[in-house]
Amino acid sequence: MMSRIEVMKTYKLFINGAFVRSESGRSYEIKNSKGKFLANPAQASRKDLRDAVSAAKTAFIGWSEATAYNRGQILYRIAEMLEGRRDQFVSEIIAQSGVTQKIADSEVSQAIDLWVWYAGWSDKLSSVGGNQNPIAAQFYNFTTPEPLGAIAIFPNQKAKSASGTLLNIVASLAPVICAGNTAILIAPQSAPLTAMSLAEVLATSDLPAGVANILTGKSEELVSWVGSHMEIDGVDCSGLSNSDQVAIKVSGAENLKRIHKFADDKSTERILKFMEQKTVWQPIGI
Amino acid sequence: MISPGISQNVPKINSEQELRNFLKTLSPVDQVGAQARAAMLATRSIKTTSKLWAIDTAISMVDLTTLEGADTPGKIKTLCAKAVRPDPTDSSVPHVGAVCVYNDLVAIARKELDAIGGSDVPVAAVATAFPSGRASMKVKLADTKDAIESGATEIDMVIDRGAFLSGNIGLVFDEIVEIKATINELSGGRAHLKVILETGELVTYDNVRKASYLAMLAGADFIKTSTGKVNPAATAPVVLVMLEAVRDFCHDYGRMIGVKPAGGIRTTKDAIKQLVLVNETAGEKWLDPKYFRIGASSLLNDLLMQRMKMKNGYYSSANYVTID
Amino acid sequence: MSKFEYANAPESSAILNLQSRYQLFINGKFVAPKSGKYFKSINPATAKELAEFAYANNSDIDLAVKSARTALTKVWSKLPAAERGKYLFRIARILQERAREFAVAETLDNGKPIRESRDTDIPLAAQHFFYHGGWADKLDFVVKNPKPYGVVAQIIPWNFPLLMLAWKIAPALATGNTVVLKPAETTPLTAMLFAQVCQQAGLPDGVVNIITGDGATGANLVKHPGVNKIAFTGSTEVGKAIARSIADSDKVATLELGGKAANIVFNDAAIDETVEGIVNGIFFNQGHVCCAGSRLLVQEDIANELVLKLQRRVSLIRVGDPMDKNTDMGAINSAAQLQKINELVESGNKEGAQMWQSDCKLPTNGYWFAPTIFTGVSQSHRIAREEIFGPVLSVLTFRTPQEAIEKANNTQYGLSAGVWSDKGSKIMWTAKHLKAGVIWANTFNKFDAASPFGGYKESGWGREGGKHGLLAYLKAGK
Repeated sequence: MMSRIEVMKTYKLFINGAFVRSESGRSYEIKNSKGKFLANPAQASRKDLRDAVSAAKTAFIGWSEATAYNRGQILYRIAEMLEGRRDQFVSEIIAQSGVTQKIADSEVSQAIDLWVWYAGWSDKLSSVGGNQNPIAAQFYNFTTPEPLGAIAIFPNQKAKSASGTLLNIVASLAPVICAGNTAILIAPQSAPLTAMSLAEVLATSDLPAGVANILTGKSEELVSWVGSHMEIDGVDCSGLSNSDQVAIKVSGAENLKRIHKFADDKSTERILKFMEQKTVWQPIGI
Repeated sequence: MISPGISQNVPKINSEQELRNFLKTLSPVDQVGAQARAAMLATRSIKTTSKLWAIDTAISMVDLTTLEGADTPGKIKTLCAKAVRPDPTDSSVPHVGAVCVYNDLVAIARKELDAIGGSDVPVAAVATAFPSGRASMKVKLADTKDAIESGATEIDMVIDRGAFLSGNIGLVFDEIVEIKATINELSGGRAHLKVILETGELVTYDNVRKASYLAMLAGADFIKTSTGKVNPAATAPVVLVMLEAVRDFCHDYGRMIGVKPAGGIRTTKDAIKQLVLVNETAGEKWLDPKYFRIGASSLLNDLLMQRMKMKNGYYSSANYVTID
Repeated sequence: MSKFEYANAPESSAILNLQSRYQLFINGKFVAPKSGKYFKSINPATAKELAEFAYANNSDIDLAVKSARTALTKVWSKLPAAERGKYLFRIARILQERAREFAVAETLDNGKPIRESRDTDIPLAAQHFFYHGGWADKLDFVVKNPKPYGVVAQIIPWNFPLLMLAWKIAPALATGNTVVLKPAETTPLTAMLFAQVCQQAGLPDGVVNIITGDGATGANLVKHPGVNKIAFTGSTEVGKAIARSIADSDKVATLELGGKAANIVFNDAAIDETVEGIVNGIFFNQGHVCCAGSRLLVQEDIANELVLKLQRRVSLIRVGDPMDKNTDMGAINSAAQLQKINELVESGNKEGAQMWQSDCKLPTNGYWFAPTIFTGVSQSHRIAREEIFGPVLSVLTFRTPQEAIEKANNTQYGLSAGVWSDKGSKIMWTAKHLKAGVIWANTFNKFDAASPFGGYKESGWGREGGKHGLLAYLKAGK
């Protein structure tokens, strides 16, 4: 008897809640650790980036206005969905990086728990990151963190676990959307599959379209376009080479993008650095 | 309705509802902002020639007041002497704006002033069950009638603060209208009505603005801050809000209403601050005893001492001004 | 001639012992510049020279940075935090003691009215040191294992010379950094007086270094490899240049840059106080304020009434001798700034906005500009988009709250904004939707050491003041 032919997945981009091919029609080949063909993920162009930014900008209006409680529940929903599809992620991680089942399993667990950790932060940010300020006059004055806008993310590529791909993506994406920002995540070139599978999770987690957009391809192609795009408000450049970081800071100066890199997965800095502090004064009187 | 640059007649109020509707159109007052503006104006530094002018102007605006249970004919007579010639050693000092006394002493004051050459100094009477206003309208009208018949040409009436605070603004309005009509009738239109808002009991600046408009619409010639029996009295922000009211009322309806702060203005510095408030709020047209008075007693002596210092170049002593 | 003319009430300048020449302040001492060069600062109210200041070149910058580094490693980092704080308290007290002298110096050098330097600039500067003195030994409540960046280069503008110095130096010292500060070219005087205060306070040598010079001095200071952090207040253009120039280094920066603040007036606002707030928003400090309420957005149904009341009030603004205690608006800080204002005002006229100016009499010597209000301004006019940094107000109208927000946020800046309404919920709604770092509701141009200040978008990076301002000078240690 002939063995069954496996149905292979087409990996597309995730823009504005939809899975789309690159407008450029390009893709690139990904092999597993043993050199066997895995997939042809899409190779995003600057126009795909432009579409993703535009989706992120539009989605920001609603997402930043959503209650923190609501955002927290949606982030928690993502954890639920990820838990339900953990087997898929485990096998994908193994295929992509050749790590053991145990390591892949542990990474998926950590990634799920990281979503839960950030889910819990959304409605504590004002309490921890804000302040009521004592003014030497008759004014009530408070400072509260607010989301910045559309953030481009180049996730850390250095693996802390043997693979690290999923964890790095979650560690950079979760804090950004937790704050009420919207994201354009440019997945690590060598490991796009986990990113796109995560997009499938996001697509089924009540996350509004456009809040998280995921592109695959060659990040160095997109760096200069990210740096100069005036609708991008912040960049997590953790995964970029030193020279690309300098390039993005130089071009990003044109609209004074907030450009940061991070090391720790669990960190309130990752949330707050992409928030603006707004201080409101109001007289106290009758 | 405020229509800038268009002069209309003072609106006629025919019912409490109309009055309420009118007062609702008034802009609110922000307490902190009003206080900040008043505090800023208090930093004006008035020196040399402008200070001398301000002192003489302030003297001419003083409603020299005694409102004590212990007032006697003798006390009233010395007050009158002081009013006509504030500084016996210097005839260039102007006489005060008026003397202000209780009803039963009006006749004595009028007679004394006429006798000592002060016939151009008016007598103001605090009528209408001053200071609380807690009496029936019948009594208030009788009180007013009594004052006018005794020779008062200025009536300082109190509003019914209880009625105002309980929302019975029609009553407050009607009382002013009736008192005004009585004064007009009895004096042939010669006597003026000052309406005391007792801002210390109205508490908020929003209330001060509303009460100011209520009084102006009802026919007040002057709006006055306080009886002097309640603290706080004529604070700078309260006077500021009242000056804004008369300014806007004049701009909108072409009728100039006077303002009289009373209570708590004791020093030359206080008085000059009041004049600065007038100058930079209502404007210089109000820098006239016809439109601005200061209800005070001890203020006059401080003005005189400061005047001596300005003239002589050294600080004077209380021994050189008369105590009355 | 009005009935009540206020006679001149000049503040005496006798309290200030003005030197003819000021040296650089490096390592606790006043030293002649290696450059051998000096430049003049003038009194903008008279256009006459006030004093000479040393010009710092690269060698001087190098000396200052090294002195700050030595002070950091040898003295300042070894001092217990509480002791560090006590120096700041001392400085606060000395500033209070010498307040009038500082006010006089500031007014002579800057051209701002003595009332403002006396009642705003100097007291707030002292408050800033007092406030931050208390933070020095409580930084654990701000960041986990707080660590200073090291040597901080600070560059400040000419509009609030001493106050901006305080905003920069106080948090830097409280957090354990050492400082090289460069005051603005046209207003270095109070910074050099402050150097004396550091000596009086016994501040260890090199903890604060003050070098004077021009834009090139500032740019070279930013580039110096010995600097760990930049704190800059000034134009957005220079802020972007700084961001580029530190891109290939580990230096971090806080930037307080330009603004074009919308001041939104709803039809239910307390109108008299609103008028005061508008005046304070744009004519305070001759409009030389980055957060000035330069774009007035008025609800259309009250626009005529408001503008009339505003014009009546603005006519009362007393423009003239800054040393007169009754002066409300002083001199434009420099000939160059006056030229810039003139140029933008001309563009306003050309583009079809209607100009109204107070008919106040302006002095003949020095640099002056009458309070100016443009009505009929649209968003596309340059006077609605560009920072004028002068006493010029652009009035625009809106119909609905949504339109107000759209117009208010339609700018590359986001430093401050104002909202005037008597309705609490509307204020909160508006404040929530405005993209600006500081929202003044029913007030404007208020400052406090405890209140964070700083902008969204191209108005800069980071905050100054309050708990949040400390974050700019601290990193989390391990």
